[in-house]
Amino acid sequence: MNAPVQKLTLKDYASDQEVRWCPGCGDYAILKTIQKLMPEIDTPKENTVFISGIGCSSRFPYYMNTYGFHTIHGRAPSIATGVKLSNPALDVWVITGDGDGLSIGGNHMLHVLRRNVDLQILLFNNEIYGLTKGQYSPTSSVGTRSPSTPDGSLDLPLRPCTFAIGAGARFVARTIDTEAKHMTPILKRAHAHKGASFVEIYQNCPVYNDGIFDYIKDKKSASESRLLLEHGQPMLFGEGNAKGIRFNVSKICLEVVEPGKDGVTQADIVVHDETNKVLAQMLAELKTPDFPEPIGVLYCNPTSPYNVDVYAQREAVRAKKEPANLNKLLRGGHTWKVE
Amino acid sequence: MSVVEKLSGIEAQSNIVSDVVVRFAGDSGDGMQLTGSNFTEATAIYGNDLATFPDFPAEIRAPAGATFGVSAFQIYFGSEDVTTAGDQVDVLVAMNPAALITNVKDLVVGGLIVVDRDAFTDKNLTRAGYKANPLEDGSLDAYKIISVDITKQVVEAVKPYGLTHKFAVRCKNMWTLGLVMWLFDRSRDSAIKGLTHKFAAKPEIADANIAALNAGHSYGETAELPVGVEVYKVPPAQVASGLYRNTTGSEALSYGLLAGGQLARLPITFASYPITPASSLLHTLAGQKEFDVVTFQAEDEIAAVCAAIGASFAGSLGITSSSGPGISLKAEAISLACATELPLIIVNTQRGGPSTGLPTKTEQSDLNQALFGRHADTTLPVIASCTPSDCFDVAIEAIRIATQFTTPVIILSDGYLANASEPWLVPDFEDYEPFPVTFPTDPEGFTPANRNPDTLARIWAKPGTPGLEHRIGGIEKSFETGDISYEPENHQKMTDVRKAKIDGIARFIPAQEVSQGRPGDKLVVLGWGSTFGAIHQGVKRCRAEGLSVAHVHVRYMWPLPANLGELLASFDSVLIPEMNTGQFVEVIRSRFLVDAQRLNKVSGQPFKISEIEKAIKAQLEAVK
Repeated sequence: MNAPVQKLTLKDYASDQEVRWCPGCGDYAILKTIQKLMPEIDTPKENTVFISGIGCSSRFPYYMNTYGFHTIHGRAPSIATGVKLSNPALDVWVITGDGDGLSIGGNHMLHVLRRNVDLQILLFNNEIYGLTKGQYSPTSSVGTRSPSTPDGSLDLPLRPCTFAIGAGARFVARTIDTEAKHMTPILKRAHAHKGASFVEIYQNCPVYNDGIFDYIKDKKSASESRLLLEHGQPMLFGEGNAKGIRFNVSKICLEVVEPGKDGVTQADIVVHDETNKVLAQMLAELKTPDFPEPIGVLYCNPTSPYNVDVYAQREAVRAKKEPANLNKLLRGGHTWKVE
Repeated sequence: MSVVEKLSGIEAQSNIVSDVVVRFAGDSGDGMQLTGSNFTEATAIYGNDLATFPDFPAEIRAPAGATFGVSAFQIYFGSEDVTTAGDQVDVLVAMNPAALITNVKDLVVGGLIVVDRDAFTDKNLTRAGYKANPLEDGSLDAYKIISVDITKQVVEAVKPYGLTHKFAVRCKNMWTLGLVMWLFDRSRDSAIKGLTHKFAAKPEIADANIAALNAGHSYGETAELPVGVEVYKVPPAQVASGLYRNTTGSEALSYGLLAGGQLARLPITFASYPITPASSLLHTLAGQKEFDVVTFQAEDEIAAVCAAIGASFAGSLGITSSSGPGISLKAEAISLACATELPLIIVNTQRGGPSTGLPTKTEQSDLNQALFGRHADTTLPVIASCTPSDCFDVAIEAIRIATQFTTPVIILSDGYLANASEPWLVPDFEDYEPFPVTFPTDPEGFTPANRNPDTLARIWAKPGTPGLEHRIGGIEKSFETGDISYEPENHQKMTDVRKAKIDGIARFIPAQEVSQGRPGDKLVVLGWGSTFGAIHQGVKRCRAEGLSVAHVHVRYMWPLPANLGELLASFDSVLIPEMNTGQFVEVIRSRFLVDAQRLNKVSGQPFKISEIEKAIKAQLEAVK
């Protein structure tokens, strides 16, 4: 008889290392949520790998009692690709930030997504460089004052979910650092998704960019500023779900409407379809104050992952070839004998 | 009939010669590389020793008739040992005026020129820079010339196959090959077999090419040729008995990597980004799916090395490959592999630099980069191959060191080795001693900082092993536990142990041997890498004249063999030829305080034997 499988708990996934983020950092909440989530997913602990680049968020693997690799700036997607190609049985998570994943590592993020390597990529977006002491990042709003932009930043920011969908990601979601109840099912789905899954996590940096996401986190303003997405459900938000999102056909865009007013009915409200890429692209662009910001799964439309295809192709080729034989390989082609 | 155009005053002494250099030159679209490799194959089968040197431009299809678009393939073959592609050319095949003007200066006086007279049009002559037609103005009087209306002959020969004029003219190279095959009494069988295979899907093209080949051959048999031009006999070489094949360095290196993986009992993840002249490794390995290898064309050089590192972390052998500029991009990641002490193979097929430099030409100028080109104290083993076939053993040795010492290893090859070919006495893989990697499974006493006390190699535990969950990374780690540590003493200790590990590899590599001559000779020529062939012949010729000169060729560029300093001290003088401005010479001077002299060449071309000979004699004169 098999011994009963010992149920693991959060503690089993916490390493013995002292956590060294600043007090109040959103990363603590994310760490806790993931440590709690781990025992609930069906991967043996020894098959779980966390890979990160450089930055505050990238210290994450040190605090997980799994396999982990804290690598170099921006390159976690590439290292993770190598891990997954080497051993597809491993369950690989990539932890990155807005600077690591979208600035220095933007090229790798683009390619890991289009290539559809079966990884969970969690991008902690705090719209600032924390570890290098507060410079503006590629997701910072125009006008962000920072040590490198004392008079305000000038360049336009990037929207991570827009980037991911544009790059060809087949799973794109957004959640919030301190909202474990929302994050847990999103991460479960990201984990269950076969292929590259991209999750943007709004994360507060209490030292260099404090309160940047208060508009969506505060109970008072949350209902107006967030659009909770659910597949098959109408896109309603606001106090008592009084507002909704409608597709304006003549302008080819989404707009905010109030059902019951100006002839708008419930039937006019867009029903969320996770498999609709055009819709997902439009949702990813929505931003306060003109729109509520979508939270949840924007896009999910799986296709065969690269790491699966690589091995399938190899098997197909092997089926038509003789088994590997090095001496035979060396003697392939033209040879001649000298007596 | 158009035969005897010019007669040089020099007559062939005999139709039996010991060695010959033939160079095929034409437009980059003329198929000179294919012509050369077909001739090489036939020559190898004939039993001559040989070496080849393809020399082609970076432009894929330069404008027709342009001098910068000339592509050449040189073969040196003979009845004695051949280790270079030859100094001076005996027979030059020039498909147009541009090919003639750029190559005739390398032709020996009295040498033979084969030209396609039809290509010597006013337009082509002007484009090549000729004011008058050299076939008519007497400027080639010092040579023998076979001037044939090849284009016309070819079009006639392939007429039955109904090709368009454009495709018919493309068979020119095979016609020319047929003529040269006749000239050296080579069999056309392998070329015919090759063409049938290459154009299996287009039998009419195969037939036309074969017809052109045969037509060129029968032209030689029947036409009246210049006095002294007849079939040359180059007797087969006396070489060790056994089974032979031709190999380029790139092929041998690919096979060596597969062999090394098998000997280490490890799957290989080969991650690379295309770059001349290194891409052929990726191409070869991508076609070997029956082996335990996965190839990955990454989005850039950095992603390639990082994927290889990730693969090594996961328990495969990660390999990446590039040329100098790409290796620069990989530098930061290589230091990560040094810091985390993971096995990794980095192949550098060196080319002319800096920057884009001369992508298709050869150089040895990345030695400093290999030894020192990273941030911080990141010493790692560097080994260099010296001939195309040597690349096989070097690849295996690199994998042995990388896996036994958990370290990145750089293999230095170069554009010459990668593309040059030579006959290879095919080794028996069963003769190689395996060095299987065993991964730990016992959690008792495990930390990721554990080391082998003998080799100082860090323990290599792979994800998927229950109970050995651990974290590694670029931050300095405690010598005791592997946890993050910023302690000053610990960083000193870790830096020392990383260096001691690499230095200690000198105890596990063979002592440096002397390949010609003996310790105590007056002069030693100290070489590394692809200069082997030229140095070997240069020293051999000087020794035949009674000069006291030895040849020592270094494979282990870092750490250096333990006995090298003592060995060098036994000679009165040290000469180091290199295809750079003097990189190894600085290492040797600073390491051993010897007054080593330099011989440098950075023309994108390998050393000639005569250049080595001359330098040996000058150096012996200077120390008299």
